[in-house]
Amino acid sequence: MITIQNLDKAFAKQKVLSDVTIKIADGEKVLLLGHNGAGKTTLIRCLLGEYRPDHGTVTVAGHSLAHERVAALRKIAFVPQLPPPIRFTLNELFEYAAKIGHCDIDKIRKNSIYFGLNTDAHDHKAFYKLSGGMKQKTLISIAFSRDADIFIFDEPTANLDTMGRDRFRERISADAMKEKTIIFIGHRLEELSSVVTRIIELDLGKVIRDEQA
Amino acid sequence: MQLLTIAKLDFLESFRSRWFIGYSSVFFLMVIVIFLSGVTESRVMGFSGLTRLLLIFIQACNIVLPIFILVTTVRTIAKERDSNVFEYLLSFPVSLASYYWGKALGRLLVIWLPLLLSMLLALGIGLVRGGEIPWKILMLYTTLLAFSSFTFLGIGFFISVSTKSQELALGIALFVWLSLIAFIDIALIGFLIQQMVPDNLIFSLALLNPVQTFRIAAIALFDPVLSVIGPTAYFLLETFGQAGIIAYTLLYLFFIGLLFLSLGYFVFRRRDLI
Repeated sequence: MITIQNLDKAFAKQKVLSDVTIKIADGEKVLLLGHNGAGKTTLIRCLLGEYRPDHGTVTVAGHSLAHERVAALRKIAFVPQLPPPIRFTLNELFEYAAKIGHCDIDKIRKNSIYFGLNTDAHDHKAFYKLSGGMKQKTLISIAFSRDADIFIFDEPTANLDTMGRDRFRERISADAMKEKTIIFIGHRLEELSSVVTRIIELDLGKVIRDEQA
Repeated sequence: MQLLTIAKLDFLESFRSRWFIGYSSVFFLMVIVIFLSGVTESRVMGFSGLTRLLLIFIQACNIVLPIFILVTTVRTIAKERDSNVFEYLLSFPVSLASYYWGKALGRLLVIWLPLLLSMLLALGIGLVRGGEIPWKILMLYTTLLAFSSFTFLGIGFFISVSTKSQELALGIALFVWLSLIAFIDIALIGFLIQQMVPDNLIFSLALLNPVQTFRIAAIALFDPVLSVIGPTAYFLLETFGQAGIIAYTLLYLFFIGLLFLSLGYFVFRRRDLI
């Protein structure tokens, strides 16, 4: 269960989130919509404990992101829209994910192969030197290898080829994901219409639409 | 355990980076150039050979080490934050203490290793050339370089987490370095003459400047009366004695490093992470 209660966040004098209250139950598949600047990224960063709310609270399974960060984040796996230029080699990134994110490196490798990426060939290559699609597949593989209850995908298929997109849809529709909560951030509904159960739309930092799909 | 993983990965990542290669090369080349220039053959204040090489090397480190550490630290950390690397890596269940102190530990090893290797290179040169090896000085300088690295790493981390952009962080790092360099002894004497400020205040200011304390400890073993560093020396010798000056310097450098690292951690925990 994710509980976002009366959340406010401003940068300098610009209010980016204003009194946002959202409750997401276990197993819900939420599409978070909104134009550029609507506040989607800020909301997710508050949910990941990376932005401190000016007012309000964010909890995951009862754990406050402000006070019990590690317990809350153990339940969350996140894939950003644009893979950042991480300078770790693939091996090092997998070690980070395995030791910090509590997952198995073999599982990451198996998932990578499922998404059409043979990581063995790139083990010693720096992550930032991989192509956009390879980077995205790597981060998606890591996310699916985590023992998380909540998955947050920010435009996850933006850099993927056709096969990668198909595999991604297959994976999120699989039985193993039925109990998992998934939050998709994006602009398009069509691609995810078969999976999404709820749509939340933000505009100018406020929830303007919250309905079952 | 998380802390050691972060330290190890940061060390390995930095070890491959271009800044590390440039940073290490400067110190290795410095030792080689001092040796090849022939100054080790000349005798100044009764010193020659490896002792002379170490004296010149430590004086050069006194000036360049702070700026190298400050710039590389603030640039790499601010860059990771600006390019959303932190956004991804901090989305994992890592404690902020492990992440921050692990990164500091990894970075400390990375910046100190080339200095240690430079000292070993100097020792190797000394052994090949023959003659007496000044073990006491060698040990003191290696320790001084480690403590000084820790000091400026702490200041660098504090600047990095307290500023929001790479450019600002770099600007502040340069300003801090210039201020510390400006307030070494020569500037202090000028200041003293112009402003008629009480002597003890000026001497106290000198003792608060980590660049100055490093310089004093580095010279203390060669020049028991500290004549080359000006009037501050008399005050220091009267107050602390030679061993006291060295002990004060090491403790003070450690204290400043720990203070700024801790302040940085406080800021890191309290503000938005990215």
